[in-house]
Parts: sequence; C-alpha cells; structure tokens
Amino acid sequence: MEAVKQQAAPTARAIDIGSMQRGTKLNMANEDICLQVKDFNLFYGKKQALHNINMSIAKNRVTAFIGPSGCGKSTLLRCFNRMNDLIDSVNINGEMLLDGNNLNGPSVNVADLRRQVGMVFQKPNPFPKSIYENVAYGLRLQGVNDRATLDNVVEKSLKAAALWDEVKDRLHESAMGMSGGQQQRLVIARAIAIEPEVLLLDEPASALDPLSTLKIEELIYELKDKYTIVIVTHNMQQAARVSDYTAFMYMGELIEFGATDELFTKPTKKQTEDYITGRYG
Amino acid sequence: MGTNTSQHISQQFEAELQDIRSRVLAMGGLVEQQVADALNALMTGDSELARKVIIQDTQVNNMEILIDEECVQIIALRQPTAGDLRLVTAIFKTITDLERIGDEAQSIAQRALNLAVADRPKKNYRELSTLGNHARGMLRDALNAFARLDVDAALSIAKEESARDDEYEGIIRQLMTYMMEDPRSISNVMDLIWSARSIERIGDHAHNLCEYVIYLVEGTDVRHLSIEKMEEVLDRG
Repeated sequence: MEAVKQQAAPTARAIDIGSMQRGTKLNMANEDICLQVKDFNLFYGKKQALHNINMSIAKNRVTAFIGPSGCGKSTLLRCFNRMNDLIDSVNINGEMLLDGNNLNGPSVNVADLRRQVGMVFQKPNPFPKSIYENVAYGLRLQGVNDRATLDNVVEKSLKAAALWDEVKDRLHESAMGMSGGQQQRLVIARAIAIEPEVLLLDEPASALDPLSTLKIEELIYELKDKYTIVIVTHNMQQAARVSDYTAFMYMGELIEFGATDELFTKPTKKQTEDYITGRYG
Repeated sequence: MGTNTSQHISQQFEAELQDIRSRVLAMGGLVEQQVADALNALMTGDSELARKVIIQDTQVNNMEILIDEECVQIIALRQPTAGDLRLVTAIFKTITDLERIGDEAQSIAQRALNLAVADRPKKNYRELSTLGNHARGMLRDALNAFARLDVDAALSIAKEESARDDEYEGIIRQLMTYMMEDPRSISNVMDLIWSARSIERIGDHAHNLCEYVIYLVEGTDVRHLSIEKMEEVLDRG
C-alpha cells in the first residue's frame, strides 16, 4: 500500500472577502461633505412636500435623485440654491448646510448663494443673445467688462462644456440657432463660467436625443473633478451611469440613499427595488 | 429581495422573466434525467440507455444556447436592475453549470458503454452507486432551491460537500488497489475512475448552483468561501 500513499496537497486558503478589493467601493464615511441636510421639512401651504430629510452630499461627486413624479426630488434640489424663495406659500424648517454654513441663514445673500450653487433646468434656456454673450453674462453682471478676461473665460467654459469645437467659429451668432443639445451644453457653460461650487441639474437631458444625452452625461463625468453635482433625473439608467451616489425619494420622503452600484444591484428597501425594477408598489 | 412578489408594470417583461425561469427549470429537469440515466446505465450495463444519454446531450446544449440568447435579449431590451438583474446573471451562470453537468453525464454514459461489455464485479460498483446517488440528490435539491429561492436549503446542500469529497477519496483509493492487484483490470478500472471523477464534478457543479441561488436572493457573492465564512457573511448559522 506504500505506493498508494499520496502527498498531502496544501489546502487552498479560504479567501477573506473583506480584504479583497472588488472594484473601488464608495463610502460616504470617506467623503468630504459639501451639502448637508438635517431634519428638513418643506410645506407648500398646508401640504407637506418634504418629510424630515437627512442626507449628506459628497464633494466632487455626482449625486442623483430618482423617484416618481411628485416625490419631491425637484423640490429638494431647488432648496439647495433657494429657488423656492420665489414661491410665497413655501415654508421650511430644519437645516441645510453648505460647507457647514446654514444657507437659509438671515445673513446669506441669495445672489451670492446662487453664484456658488448654479442650476441648469430641464429645458435649455439660453438668453436671446449671441453664444459669447450667453457665457459672458454672469461675469458682466459682476461688473467684469475686460475683453481679454471675458474671452478667456468664455473659451475655458465652452471647452469645459465640450462645446468649444462646435461653436468657436460662430461665437457671435445667436444662441437660439443652436440645437437643443448644444443649447443645454451652452447653459451648462454659462453656469460654470462663474465657477460655482455646486451644479444642480434638473432633468438636464430629458428634452434631448440619445446622442446629445450621452454628451451631457460625458460632460457630467468630466465636470465632477471640479464641481459637486446634484442631478434629478427620471431616467434611471442615466442615474446609474452618471452618479456616484443615488437617493431614492417617494412621497416626499428619502427612502434609500447610498452608493449607486449598490442601490442598483442590491437595494435594501422593497420600495426602491419595486421602483427601479418597474413594479407596482 | 430576489423573492419580489410584486408584478412588473410591463406585463411583457414579467412574462419574459417568468419564461427564462421556467426554461432553466426545464433544462434542470432534463439534466437531472440525464444524470439519472447515465448512472443507471453505468450500474446496470445498459448500453441502450447509455446511447440515449449521449444522443440527448445535444438537447441540453441547445437549451443552453436558447436561454443564453433570451438573457442577452432581456439585458439589451429591458436593462434589468436589482433583483431582476441578479436573476438574469444568476441564470447565465446556472445554465453554464447545468450544461457542464450534462457533459459529465454524457461522459459517464460513454464509460458505461465501454464497461457494458466487460466483466462486472459487483463490489466495484457499490460505492460508486452511493456516490452517484449523493450527487444526484445534491443536484435535485439545488434545483429545488433555485425554484423556491430557498437560501437555507442552498446553504445546507453546500455543506454536504466535504462528506462527498471523503467518499470520492475512498473510491479512488480502493480502485487503485484493484489495479495493483490485477494489472489486466487497469483499463476497466480507469473507466470507473473517470466515472467517479465525473460524479464528483457533478456535485461540484451542484454546489455552484447553490451559490448562484444565494447570490440571486441575498445579493451576496459567496463563491470560494468556506462554509463557516458563508454563514458569517449571510448572518446565519
């Protein structure tokens, strides 16, 4: 029987999953926080539109808000640069902090806030001016009229918005003659010309064709190096593609908030699962 | 999570997902039958049955291709997420293992054909038959766990692996002794060793199926983990 004896093979060590690097997992605990929402409630008259929202928006990341129509995602987005101030019946309580400062505080100048927190809407809304003047508009409002500075900023912003090559030969033509996708990128260029800290995008690609949409998404990816981006979208695939973190809202409540790859493969709440897989709640 | 009972708003999508699920179960049923027939042919020397298994393997292969195509269609057209996405990925992997089980059954049937014309010492087959039944049971239970999305069942099937490994080692040792005792038996005993190997592989594939069930339901990847670690990750045990 001596010949039958086999050498004991080394047994493979069981793998410790925790020690394995499975892609780069995002973790809110390791992020710099840009915007913070604490116990935030919002009422339109008597109707409560946001219920006790608590969340942190990470700096230089893309955070997407998803949820069915009327769930409060745009309302929340608009709070970040106080667009809701324009609506009389709105009442809020709770805190919203930008870099640690309450942005609803009495000493806050709303115009300054909106320079820090830029916003782009669903429908491209270029001014009926030339392409050049659209981008330079924010700076002109600030009193900058030096030609060289303006030229410089316009070129830089249009390049950042991936529009420069398409428009550099017709900067002084009307912006109204551009395609929808170009207009939307122009509006983004206008928003970043004044170097905000945060960019709020409310359905930035919903009125655009698939290719323009991809361009905007690519742009978002490039812009997050410099800006913190918060995007509201009805297109879940878009949220999955562009965002690092995703918040799912439903009926004015924040149901689930976490790293995008986790939320789309392994949501923890049934409501989230039902929504992203397209089921009846 | 994987056990989401709500209906999709798109009835068509719902139907497509149901369809691939039931096709996987049908494929599983066919593979189970193939394994049972192959083992039967091996034990009884029924060469007719062995031929049938070899011929039917094409059916298993065709089913793999068909389900594969359907999964690709769903990914391309529906962009599934969460539980639906896990269902499609789990099925992708499940059918690969099922097809390999089918191949092992075919290989056993091939050995059975060789052995059908040889002398049949009973004692060589007894342990092999036990190992075979064990592997068959694992496969059946794994398919049931998939059908019922039963993580606990999947986990307990995965636990059986070490018992099966011991049985396999025992058989190999015993067959090696036969070869040493009588060199003329080597060619037949080799066929038995290959069969034992195939049966052992069937068990391994069944074990994989269980891991896919766990991933499908829990969203946790438990491949290449020890049983203790698996239970720890799943917060059970």
